[in-house]
Amino acid sequence: MSDNASEHISSLGSALGIWLALLAGTTLTVAAAFIDLGPFNTVVALTIATVKATLVVLFYMHVKYTHEKLTGLVIVGALFFLFILLALSMADYTTRLWR
Amino acid sequence: MHASRAVVDEPAHQDPALLHHFATKGQQKNAASLGMWVFLAQEVMFFGGLFCAYLVYRYKYFGDFGSASQQLDIRLGATNTVVLICSSLTVVLAIRAVQLGKRRELVFWLLATILLGLAFLGIKADEYAEKFEKHHVPGAGFSYHELLPGQAKLPEAERQYANPHHAEMFFSLYFAMTGMHALHMIVGVGLFGFLAYMAWRGKYTPDYYTPIENAGLYWHFVDVVWIYLFGLLYLIDRHR
Repeated sequence: MSDNASEHISSLGSALGIWLALLAGTTLTVAAAFIDLGPFNTVVALTIATVKATLVVLFYMHVKYTHEKLTGLVIVGALFFLFILLALSMADYTTRLWR
Repeated sequence: MHASRAVVDEPAHQDPALLHHFATKGQQKNAASLGMWVFLAQEVMFFGGLFCAYLVYRYKYFGDFGSASQQLDIRLGATNTVVLICSSLTVVLAIRAVQLGKRRELVFWLLATILLGLAFLGIKADEYAEKFEKHHVPGAGFSYHELLPGQAKLPEAERQYANPHHAEMFFSLYFAMTGMHALHMIVGVGLFGFLAYMAWRGKYTPDYYTPIENAGLYWHFVDVVWIYLFGLLYLIDRHR
């Protein structure tokens, strides 16, 4: 049956590999936080956080292996509405020049 | 025509694990997983509101937020990040164990996850206790007298201090965001306690482990939220 095609058993190697990558990312982001990069400190911290989050979602949450296309739609939808929430709010608050 | 009649004629009891409104087990599993993802999408919006509030005030009270952020203990924050990453690994190993039909291993990794979750909450409680000692908890007892970032280099007479009201806003958001995250952790630990008990009784098999998988998705999501909280609350003002 093609039923079981959606079941992915993650190998021990990939589970540990992602774990090591996440630990390395944590070390890197803490180290980078103490180097003065001006406004880019925030950019670097958020970029590393996003890479870590992407690894967790793709591999640990099995999104990379799923055959269910609707899962992708839900994730993209959630990120899109989060983007609207943050971008439009900040477009308002950062342009209130009269205050 | 024939296909639809075949469904009607099919005996309803051929597999007790397959609910009658699903065609196959794969479909049943995908439906449960999709429901979990929709719940997580809602959680993204829920935490998104808190992150948005943080961004707005961070922009408005930039230096004061930097000063207040430096009051957090980065060692405890980093330790907690590592603890959560390890707990995500134990969840992955638990799912692997149930897929391979290893009941004892499954229970072991579920208990390991609970232990790491409790370790996270313990460290968080220690951080909160320190905030109470330093009077950095928003409210009537709040007091704050710290320099703005980068002012320590200047001669004493020229140094500028952070506005305590603005620092109080940072700590309000700190407690709201980490508190809401900790609440999710408490729910997760309870969930995994229940799962460990059911797993010990042999409820989950390679054929049916949807609750473990969905609880795993929840736990990983809470981990992702912390990854961003750690960056935004602890890290971005360390260099000044």
